[in-house]
Amino acid sequence: MNRWITLLALVAGAAEAAPAPPPSPPWIAIVGATVHTGTGEVIEGGVVVIQNGKIVKVGKGLTPPPGAEVIAAQGAVVTPGLTDPLTSLGLIEVELESTSRDDEQGGGDRIRAGFRAADGYNPASSVIAVTRAEGVTSAGVVPTGGLFSGQSAWADLDGATAAEALAEAPLALHIRLGAHAVEGQGGGGHGTAILRVREAFDDARVFARRRADWERNQTRAFAASRLDLEALNLALDRTIVTVFHVSRAADILTALAVAREFKLRAVIAGGAEAWKVASQLASAKVPVILFPLVNGPQSFDSLGARDDNAALLHAAGVAVAISTNETHNARKLRQEAGNAVRAGLPYAAALAAITRVPAEAYGLGARYGTLAPGRVANVVVWSGDPLEIGSYARAVIIRGRKVSTRSRQSALFERYRKAPTGAATGR
Amino acid sequence: MRTDRLVLVAGLLAACSGTGPVPSINGPKAALPVPLSAAPWEARLSVAEGYEAPAAASKVVIRGATLLLATGKTIARGTIVLDRGKIIAVGEGDLPAPDGAQVIDGSGKFVTPGIIDTHSHLGVYPMIGAAAHLDGNEMTEPVTAHVQTVDAFWPQDPGIERAVAGGVTAIQVLPGSGNLVGGRATTLKLRRGLSPREMHFAGAPDGLKMACGENPKRVYGRDKRSPMTRMGNLALQRAAFLKAQKLRRDWARWRDAETHRQAASGRKRALFEAKQGERTRRQAWCDEHHDAGPCGKWRAEWTLPLEEPDPSEPIAPPDRDPGTETLVAAMEGRVLVHVHCYRADDMLAMVALADEVGFKVRSFHHALEAYKIRGELARRGIAASTWADWWGFKLEAWDGIQENAALIHEAGMRAIIHSDSDEGIQRLNQEAGKALASGRRGGIALTEEDAIRWITANPAWALGVDGRTGSLEVGKDADVVLWNKSPFSVYAAAEKVWIDGALTYSRGGPRWSDFEAGGEK
Repeated sequence: MNRWITLLALVAGAAEAAPAPPPSPPWIAIVGATVHTGTGEVIEGGVVVIQNGKIVKVGKGLTPPPGAEVIAAQGAVVTPGLTDPLTSLGLIEVELESTSRDDEQGGGDRIRAGFRAADGYNPASSVIAVTRAEGVTSAGVVPTGGLFSGQSAWADLDGATAAEALAEAPLALHIRLGAHAVEGQGGGGHGTAILRVREAFDDARVFARRRADWERNQTRAFAASRLDLEALNLALDRTIVTVFHVSRAADILTALAVAREFKLRAVIAGGAEAWKVASQLASAKVPVILFPLVNGPQSFDSLGARDDNAALLHAAGVAVAISTNETHNARKLRQEAGNAVRAGLPYAAALAAITRVPAEAYGLGARYGTLAPGRVANVVVWSGDPLEIGSYARAVIIRGRKVSTRSRQSALFERYRKAPTGAATGR
Repeated sequence: MRTDRLVLVAGLLAACSGTGPVPSINGPKAALPVPLSAAPWEARLSVAEGYEAPAAASKVVIRGATLLLATGKTIARGTIVLDRGKIIAVGEGDLPAPDGAQVIDGSGKFVTPGIIDTHSHLGVYPMIGAAAHLDGNEMTEPVTAHVQTVDAFWPQDPGIERAVAGGVTAIQVLPGSGNLVGGRATTLKLRRGLSPREMHFAGAPDGLKMACGENPKRVYGRDKRSPMTRMGNLALQRAAFLKAQKLRRDWARWRDAETHRQAASGRKRALFEAKQGERTRRQAWCDEHHDAGPCGKWRAEWTLPLEEPDPSEPIAPPDRDPGTETLVAAMEGRVLVHVHCYRADDMLAMVALADEVGFKVRSFHHALEAYKIRGELARRGIAASTWADWWGFKLEAWDGIQENAALIHEAGMRAIIHSDSDEGIQRLNQEAGKALASGRRGGIALTEEDAIRWITANPAWALGVDGRTGSLEVGKDADVVLWNKSPFSVYAAAEKVWIDGALTYSRGGPRWSDFEAGGEK
């Protein structure tokens, strides 16, 4: 008990002694690179000028402002920082250690719309440094589990506190349809899942309309808690987008129908069979975040999975974003985009799928995802084609600051690099 | 020893056979001790032996491609010739094509040996994640050396053809790592078949799958069963091998005793037959010589019948115990030991156990901390199969670094990139490329000739099939991949894959798996 009191006192003390605001980021000018702006535009010998955490200028033959730190990038490639829209970065340190996980609300209730990933975000996670060293500068920090998993946040992979790192929270409401959505609650499949989703949104509408009655206990009982209903209203009033995690073509159409019915800003995540309903997705203008390495029947929800899913959707006019759907290997993002190109996705679309489209899908296209004046200066200087395996990030800039690419992993490498014969066993 | 016994038998016979005018008689035929049958683990080299059904091999010449030989050499513009399932020529420039060969222009393309994955659960944990197909972990007791993946492998796994499309021609199908000793692994060539027995890599030794660390203790510990700790892991593994030592001794003792029994029985029988033969011959001699000489005395002796020795009862051999026999086979190197192990200390504990109870670790799998003990593992000639970048999914994987393969390679170990995944197995070329790039970024001198060996020659060695496959050399199996560009590029795709010279995959070709029948788009 005393330990808790001491701890609380410490926490309170820390909160009072607020750290000095960080010095304002320097001018940076990246000069001479092939610049991919994320819109499809490519500028040879381009210059990117960054100040106060924002991109100031992007163009050809610009003169770096005096006093700017010049990054000579001749022969290099510059892109917007990569964004993996679906990770549990900052929420999971070690997947199999439950005490290191904050990615789901837990418990038997499958409606967890109120759960906020932002509340558990740990900016000191070792996974963050490993990930940004590979040019991933932002991530969707997404809750897992349940039918309604909760609300995600947008993290820039820098910052000493969650408040600093999280640029947008809540970012989106996450719903997981499909065969496993209501598992553990006495079973039920796709139909049960959609029934509960409709019921919850319907209750949330009533809740919002009759809030005062509800406070006086003069409404019928609702299928979700107050916090859940409030969160659902963020989606209903279109403050945040609603991400439907769904694989089967039939379920994608159901998600589109629910989105229409409740006027949600919908995004499809996963979408293994999305190619089958590409025209419906295109006409509904619903973006798809997909996993390009899912190219076979991993479950009965994805019997139609194929490796050119991204290429087919793009050709049909659907906005395609790419995610690893991983945490520790969110750094594989560019490899996954490269594989989408291998399977037919145009190069510019693949690059956009890990820069511009994730930002636009979450409604943050005006701030993130492209190299244009006014955008947050998340920029990566690559040794070569960023989608190619042999390339690496030469410099990673987050919010206008060059970040360290050191990590716990690089420290281990350096430590054992110096022991060329390895640890001896005494023989 | 056997010769001495025969001399002894002959001497005894000589002493009984009389002297004087009796003509010398042909020496009796001593019954040789019947050679005892081999111990079960000697007879059972591979459980799947003898079922191989290779597809028809084609005669193919590829000219003008870059040949990554996996011998440490690359031929910039060369020719490779496949015939009757073997590589019959490899060289620079344009080599002549045999009559009737299909000639492929490989200009701008790359040829590599077929990729080999030391760690696959295809067929036992198929791509389709259906409960009905979970056949990889017999987690009913922690030591299940008696089970074998060849009995569970589902040849319709849709992951198989996708692996071939990634240039994979051979895999080791391992049981999972829920158990301390998971069972026998089988090595297959990924030819299309209706049974793993049609896909078996003839001559490949079986593997023995063992596991260290978190998985076994988690599986059993949560039910308050042993093993619950790493202590329990090692204790049960030790006990299993001590039991194997005993079985080996019991068989040796039985063989010795049974050999002695058969020899003694044979001696008695030979003595009887010699006496009987001599009596017959003497009778004939006495009949011919009208009972001259010693015949009177002899005939007096002949009134007593010769006592025929009863054959002795065979000694019962030890009870059959397929699991323990597999462990003995591992101790004798007939089955190769592959251990799932992440942490450096876990690997060293396993090596100490191996020394103590008498087996050799052929390779560690996953081995994320192999870089920390690379000198020791190199000194022992233990290979390591690892990933390019998997890490952190459990605590024993938290120290995984991307330079692991490069560091262990540099230390002289055989580095191997494995998949353990139906996704990763489709892109082992990319994974090797990532490990290569990470090593180079870390300042380690590496070549593409090194990296190609991580997915071909080195896994071939780990599986004991390096004499047959894993490099582009004359006489080796025609397990060959034609790539549209350098296999270390993310954009590279296998255009054609030959297994034993049979064209098994062609880009854009139809699907094989019955599971996906009717799903053609």
